[in-house]
Amino acid sequence: MMHVDRYEQIWIRLSVFVLIAFILAVLTASVSAGIQVPGVVQRVDPNTVTEPGSPWAEPGLRELAPGKYEAYILAQIWVFTPDEIRVPAGSEVTFYVTSKDVQHGFKILDTNINMMVIPGQVSKLTARFDEPGTYTMVCHEYCGVGHHTMYGRIVVEPTQAAAE
Amino acid sequence: MAVQSMAQTPDEAVRDVHAAEARFALENTLTRWLIGIAMVALSIGILLGIFQGFEHAGLDLYRFIRPAIKDYYQGLSLHGVLNALVWTTFFIVGFFTLAITRSLDRPLSHPWLNVVGFVLMVTGLVLTAYPLWWNLATVLYTFYPPMQADWTFYVGLTLIVVGSWFAGYGFFATLIRWRKENPGKRTPFIALTANITMAMWQLATLGVAAEMLTQLIPWSLGLIEGVDPLLARTYFWFTGHPLVYFWLLPAYISWYAMVPKQAGGKLFSENLGRLVFWLFLLLSTPVGFHHQYTDPGIPTGWKFLHAILTYGVAFPSFITAFTVCASLELGGRARGGKGWFGWIRRLPWNDPSYTAQNLAMILFAFGGISGITNASYNVNLAIHNTTWVPGHFHLTVGAAVTLTFFGIAYWMVPKLSGRQLFGRRTALVQAWTWFFGMLLFANAFHLLGLRFGVPRRTMLGAAPYRDPAWTPFLMESLVGVILLTISATLFFYVILMTVLAGKKLTKPVEMPVAQALDQDKIPAWLDSWKPWVWGAIFLIILAYGPILYQFISEMQPTSPGFRVW
Ligand code: HEM
Ligand SMILES: [Cu+2]
Repeated sequence: MMHVDRYEQIWIRLSVFVLIAFILAVLTASVSAGIQVPGVVQRVDPNTVTEPGSPWAEPGLRELAPGKYEAYILAQIWVFTPDEIRVPAGSEVTFYVTSKDVQHGFKILDTNINMMVIPGQVSKLTARFDEPGTYTMVCHEYCGVGHHTMYGRIVVEPTQAAAE
Repeated sequence: MAVQSMAQTPDEAVRDVHAAEARFALENTLTRWLIGIAMVALSIGILLGIFQGFEHAGLDLYRFIRPAIKDYYQGLSLHGVLNALVWTTFFIVGFFTLAITRSLDRPLSHPWLNVVGFVLMVTGLVLTAYPLWWNLATVLYTFYPPMQADWTFYVGLTLIVVGSWFAGYGFFATLIRWRKENPGKRTPFIALTANITMAMWQLATLGVAAEMLTQLIPWSLGLIEGVDPLLARTYFWFTGHPLVYFWLLPAYISWYAMVPKQAGGKLFSENLGRLVFWLFLLLSTPVGFHHQYTDPGIPTGWKFLHAILTYGVAFPSFITAFTVCASLELGGRARGGKGWFGWIRRLPWNDPSYTAQNLAMILFAFGGISGITNASYNVNLAIHNTTWVPGHFHLTVGAAVTLTFFGIAYWMVPKLSGRQLFGRRTALVQAWTWFFGMLLFANAFHLLGLRFGVPRRTMLGAAPYRDPAWTPFLMESLVGVILLTISATLFFYVILMTVLAGKKLTKPVEMPVAQALDQDKIPAWLDSWKPWVWGAIFLIILAYGPILYQFISEMQPTSPGFRVW
């Protein structure tokens, strides 16, 4: 075996300990705090994804139950459709985003929503909007010369109860 | 290296070393060309970086270089390709050509391999530059399909990589020959670790090779109708993460084996150093999904597996931090430094080559920490594709690697040109301004990304959602950019003046090679390739095999090409 300096041994043990602690922290955050990264949803054909019968033929917000929504969003150069969504505060919205042309990004500022949008794939994440206000959603993957103009808004409106 | 005996006169010593250099004439020519091309590429790349920095701060300077550069994104494509791909690859191959042959004290065994490699790399560069310049490849340096560049762009990049493979074959052949000539001897540290880096590169580039050959090249030539963008991304990041180790390991070689010598110290633990490089060979590649945490279509279990392996590949960098610091401390103490921190002041801070590299190490500590954040699975959601990311990698490749290469150039250019470094003080100012410039620039970008979620790869000055709250940070980054502009100017000035007007060397420059403190025998497993190479292949198959198999068998090549610029 090889000789390792005593202090360096301590350092090495410490490094291993720190790295294992990180793994456990991340694991805890995703299991108990439920902060999820996107996974497998479904595959689509980007050439036909806006044809009748596809949920992206008429993208937009759908109410599943009071306070529970699905938002189907279509990304294409250089717009999101729809580019504005209104929900009451306290709503839980699940986003389903796909692209009909090149790759795009989808990030809603001040939330945990951050995904790549890849033609042929569906990106899905869920967020709760408790604070009323306007949230900006931006495309954060280069998608051509108009990339920096590709954005939208999510308007979270105060509920009746909160307004009183 | 020439050994000087006591009885020699200085003249004889010079003649001896010149004679020794004559053996390396071809190697020196290759290195001169490679690092020369690297520096020209970097000068253009940096110029465009400066334009980007000003644009973000609200000063659109692009109208002054139209029609040469059409817009922000063409400039950004050039910035990424020239800096991250051309400057690095050409410099590394050039540096290794010199370092491996000096470390083994023998010329290349099959120089034609390296000459072929060089010709391929230059041809590739010309093919890549043509569409970039004519705005036919404004796809950024990651060229994600289905954005489609001119075919010359893909073929050119492929040739650069294949050229670097040939350079690698030349290095392997030389090492094998040396081992035959020196049975039972252990491979010198620099030659071994440089070859490990090239071996890692061979494995790592299989991903991008598959992407180019099975998808992008036939598709851009019209031979196939469509590509599968997720599969292409997966191939890309198979190479994309080890790519950053391909940049970093040459800097580590200098930190382990050269800088301690320049500091008057010794390599604190050569055995651990070797172990570190083998671990990089083992772990660099099977981690690519940590660039795809936010991608749809990849099972989260696979992402998590790569997250764990990513923490594994952080481990050798932790060891490096200790060993390199301890090696420098040996130097500081040998130079009379006392006390807990007194040795730091005694380090050769008046030597620009040393100073640049020590400052590079400090910036790498910050870059490493922000890198661990990026790698942390769901924490990545906070910063993915925000300006945090360019903040991070300007500390790593833009500072740790680039500033180290500057430091290497400060001894290597004199060695290759036979002239003294022009303007030692200017070179010192260069190192410090790069340090503070990158620090401010990166700090501002990190904060903009983390606090405000500002997107990267975006012409922010023209973005309708631009927020006045960003301004103070953009101003901070502007101060950084101005310092970097000064620093870059000084660097090219020093190098040009050295080559054109430097005083002739009276004493030849030798490659600095640090002695190891632990002279005890190296365990056999630290000098044998087989277990590590097979281990690396095994881990790649484990971490990529089943999922890639699934992606390929369920491939949907439905995306036609788009030209969106
Ligand atoms: C004077 C020095 C530099 C300045 C002012 C500068 C500035 C910038 C800026 C502002 C961006 C962000 C562009 C955006 O996201 O829209 C950027 C991106 C980038 N820089 Fe630099 N940079 C410099 C040097 C370097 C160096 C030395 C390297 C590498 C060796 C480098 C590699 C990159 C890469 C790879 C990108 C990402 C390009 C992309 O997203 O496609 N930069 N740079
Ligand atoms: Cu977009």
